Amino acid sequence: MSELTLMLMRLGLLIALWLFVFSVVGVLRGDLYGTAVRNRPPRRADKGAKASPAPNAPAKPVATQGPTHLVVTSGPLLGTTLPLRHQGTLIGRSSECALVLDDDYSSGRHARIYANGDQWFVEDLGSTNGTFLGATRITEARQVAAGSVIRIGRTTVELGR
Amino acid sequence: MTVIASITPRRGRNVELALLLFAVVIVMFAYVSVGLATKAEIPARALTIGGLFVAITVAFHLVLRWRAPWADPLILPIVTVLNGMGLVMIDRIDIAESRTAVTGWAFKQLLWTGLGIALAVLVILALRDHRLLRRYTYLSGLLGLILLLSPLLPFIGTSVYSARLWITIGSFTVQPGELAKILLTIFFAGYLVQTRDALSVAGRRFLGMQLPRARDLAPILLAWLTSVGVLVFERDLGSSLLFFGLFVAMLYVATERRSWVAIGLGLFLVGAFTAYLLFSHVQVRVTGWLDPFSPAALQVSDQLALGLMGMASGGMMGTGLGLGRPDITYFAHSDFIVPSLGEEIGLIGLFALLILYVLLIERGMRTAIGTRDGFGKLLASGLAFSIALQCFVVVGGVTRVIPLTGLTMPFMSAGGSSLLANWVIVGILLRISDGARRPLIDKIDTPPSGPGLPTASGADIAQGSRDDTEVVRAS
Repeated sequence: MSELTLMLMRLGLLIALWLFVFSVVGVLRGDLYGTAVRNRPPRRADKGAKASPAPNAPAKPVATQGPTHLVVTSGPLLGTTLPLRHQGTLIGRSSECALVLDDDYSSGRHARIYANGDQWFVEDLGSTNGTFLGATRITEARQVAAGSVIRIGRTTVELGR
Repeated sequence: MTVIASITPRRGRNVELALLLFAVVIVMFAYVSVGLATKAEIPARALTIGGLFVAITVAFHLVLRWRAPWADPLILPIVTVLNGMGLVMIDRIDIAESRTAVTGWAFKQLLWTGLGIALAVLVILALRDHRLLRRYTYLSGLLGLILLLSPLLPFIGTSVYSARLWITIGSFTVQPGELAKILLTIFFAGYLVQTRDALSVAGRRFLGMQLPRARDLAPILLAWLTSVGVLVFERDLGSSLLFFGLFVAMLYVATERRSWVAIGLGLFLVGAFTAYLLFSHVQVRVTGWLDPFSPAALQVSDQLALGLMGMASGGMMGTGLGLGRPDITYFAHSDFIVPSLGEEIGLIGLFALLILYVLLIERGMRTAIGTRDGFGKLLASGLAFSIALQCFVVVGGVTRVIPLTGLTMPFMSAGGSSLLANWVIVGILLRISDGARRPLIDKIDTPPSGPGLPTASGADIAQGSRDDTEVVRAS
């Protein structure tokens, strides 16, 4: 076999190996997934953190009863919203929670908001510092509706329609 | 204003198929260039082997489509390249040492590869959910310990070159430590997920670290004693480091306390240094590591020196497959396959392979991040870490970063036990990644669960949902 062929094969193998590495990395780049947290520019009307239960963006009237999402109205995660799930939304410091609080006063699995039929409930999952609905510390599952204010550690969340 | 949205991962099965074919092309290209360089002809069986190779990998791919459609699409192609390049190198050394196809290592390795792939497929078919493994936490811990220490048993335990790592059953020689690695990872994952709360309770603060309480030290001391036992009685630093390092790494993943890593490393250094002072076989290894070209080291073994010279003669670009003399080194097909490859495909080629290992480990760690249950997280990160540590021990040994030990390079070194164990790891990782990447079904239309029912609430955020991006903060 001529020297040139062997030389070309040798280079070809190295190039092929590195092409493979780069195509794997390319797929890996496109494959990044998980939870994306985006910051939106604040709206003009957004003054202060005073929360009102009134639904904003009333483009589509919501057909379902009860709250549909959860808004953090005070605390480190101020302004975060996330949709509520019928089978339950877990709040706490643990990374498995839907709303992961960065708050030293909350427990790993602190509280859960879930639906039973058309009614929505909040329950405390044995947290250290308690879950407050309005001003009262809850000891059992309590019914909530759109506009209910729940306090967990230094975080206040509100249910929105 | 922050909006939390979730991105549904792509399945990537088509990408996997494309990468698999690419992988097969690379390996066949390497095989053909060995033939051209050594016998000046394209091997007669190239087409048959290539066809078989495509058939086997595509069959695996189809099983994934059928049973684990969300599994990670990169693991299988990466492993295919690594295993294939190992096979080509073993075949190349068979040619250099003029062994025929039947007596050579390559054919055996090919059979083991087939068996390994079959086992991985079996894992994917039989194990529908990795959480089932948690039921066997203590059983696998016991079995793993027995297997790890089984080479010490009389009659079946076998010493090869002073390392007592093998057991002989009939005409088969098995390295049980490889299987023990998987079983112990399952045990550590199951055990730590239960006890991590107790283990992460902080005791006193020292040097900026939260030290654990003294009474929580028992498990790590037990693991340490076992690994020192392996070092002293089986005379193998590699297995000992692998076993103990795996435990410490998983302890760190479970508790997030750096103090465990410091305690673990400290204990290991104390144990290793004591063993160095007391045992001559450890001293021999250390001499060979610090000064492999000294007369004292060469008198014992010139294997490490030969490997280093081989890599040096390969240089950046390598001599070309089939054009070097990797067969001069002993065990060029098994323990020293990394220097063999380094000689013939050069530093550039070897680094491509090492990066593929890094990517494989990264996929394992990504799987651990993506999966939702603690057991799966620990299991995936432990399995990925065991591959990482093994690569470190082998490559570090042949490049004189750490003393040389007799572990195998995952997927590449000739050796059935190692290959089977690593394919099983691939099967488990693929199974976990299928669970990790599969989006949960949105249950909004199904009857909602009652207050007493446990729900998969933690995974809410991982669900792909259309309305996430619509929700804005009331202001």
